[in-house]
Amino acid sequence: MIRFDQVSKTYPNQSRAALRDISLEIERGEFVFVIGSSGSGKSTFMRLILREERPSAGRVYVAGKDLSKLSNWKIPQLRRQIGTVFQDFRLLPNKTVEQNVAFALEVIGKSRPTIGKAVPEVLDLVGLGGKGGRYPNELSGGEQQRVAIARAFVNRPMVLIADEPTGNLDPETSVGIMKLLDRINRAGTTVVMVTHDQAIVNQMRRRVLELDGGNLVRDQSRGVYGYVR
Amino acid sequence: MRAQFVFSEIFIGLRRNLTMTIAVVVSAAVALGMLGVALLMLFQTSQMKDYWYDKVEVSVFLCTKEDQGLHASTCSAGQVTDTQMTALQADLAGNPLVQQVFPETQPEAFARYKEQAKGSPVTDYVTPDQIPASLRVKLKSPTTENIDAIRSTYQGQQGVETVSDQKTILKPLFKLFNGLTVSATTVAVVMVGLALMLIVNTVRLSAFSRRRETGIMRLVGASNFYIRLPFLMEGAVAGLGGVAVAALGVASFKFFLIDRVLAPSFTFTSFIGWDKVLVTVLILVPVGLLMAVGASALSLRKYLKV
Repeated sequence: MIRFDQVSKTYPNQSRAALRDISLEIERGEFVFVIGSSGSGKSTFMRLILREERPSAGRVYVAGKDLSKLSNWKIPQLRRQIGTVFQDFRLLPNKTVEQNVAFALEVIGKSRPTIGKAVPEVLDLVGLGGKGGRYPNELSGGEQQRVAIARAFVNRPMVLIADEPTGNLDPETSVGIMKLLDRINRAGTTVVMVTHDQAIVNQMRRRVLELDGGNLVRDQSRGVYGYVR
Repeated sequence: MRAQFVFSEIFIGLRRNLTMTIAVVVSAAVALGMLGVALLMLFQTSQMKDYWYDKVEVSVFLCTKEDQGLHASTCSAGQVTDTQMTALQADLAGNPLVQQVFPETQPEAFARYKEQAKGSPVTDYVTPDQIPASLRVKLKSPTTENIDAIRSTYQGQQGVETVSDQKTILKPLFKLFNGLTVSATTVAVVMVGLALMLIVNTVRLSAFSRRRETGIMRLVGASNFYIRLPFLMEGAVAGLGGVAVAALGVASFKFFLIDRVLAPSFTFTSFIGWDKVLVTVLILVPVGLLMAVGASALSLRKYLKV
């Protein structure tokens, strides 16, 4: 589903590489944690998948497509296949829960009946059935993250990228979010999650990719956070 | 494409930056208005040229009895004689530069004078023998050289009071209109530049205030066109607002300056009608749209990453 082929990335005007010679493959339906300290290259890794950045060397493939050969006007098509969730939720405060989720479909030109059907479905899936009329500031952090996940998932993407989705949440709420991501993963969506949360990584026992200073220092299936080399 | 979504986005954007929107509309209006005035003046100049080319170009005014003292060198005999007049007419008709000669007798000239100066109390004191008879000459090609040639040939001949060409009469008007065209164009160029900068900045502000929305649109895979369209339409609406105000300006220029001031004081030539005003406005619409949408697109390229 996602393949990195000797990928390096150096940002302009910076001597140190953000990523160095990364090669890896993430299969369809996998659940992968990406861990590493700040500045280890996690964000760059995500941005390369979303084609927000281009690699300085090497190739990135997503869903069988070579992103370096993807023309600019086809990028939106790529991003429709990738759902994205952030630590800070990024909801629109002046729209209700329903409108926030519907927005993701409206702007890619889906028809009104499709939206009317898909939005309540996905809200039920994330456990927010009946809260569609609320505004984001009326919801708890966990609920807001569920809205964000609903928005990322409403178009049924093949890949879900979550950038520290539990970073702003207490442990108990985080468990709920992880259960939701797990459920989405079991339904066949590839999930790539960046996190600092040791407990979650240790509990889930999924594949772990560890980045350190731009190098891939660990690729372990059923890994834990505090692995000692 | 969901039209309702796009329209609501446009008006949200315009309302959020109301002061900038007003600034854009006003500067675009001044720019386009000046452009419109320049266009009207060009129409007017070309119409006057057409008018003038259609008519006789040179008038050879003949002596009246009062010219004996005023133009002693050529009118020493007083009132022009029939012999002199016939000779002059025959001579003009034989001139290779001349296409046609129309004689105008004193009674005819008097009738025309009364018609033109209608309402003026002076007409009551003027008698037919004070108005000169003339030979109106239409040239084959009315260039300045040919006119000057005719003038110098006939100016000094016996029985000729003076030779005048219409160009001399219309010169101050042509000068006025050329001046207006040049100054309006200058102001228009400066204002177009100003309007462009304002539009670029307005769209930039608008893009910044909606970066949250556009960021999400980008992430969920909205097409570039779809993300940019509300901003472009915002520019277009502001541009059309400018066109509307400019159209009012151009119309009032025609109504107040041309119809009320110029037309009554320069009765010997015709002025442009409302059809030309309409043409001008129809030209301003695409110019305004192009200006606004072009500047918006430029701004988006720079400030809205997609």
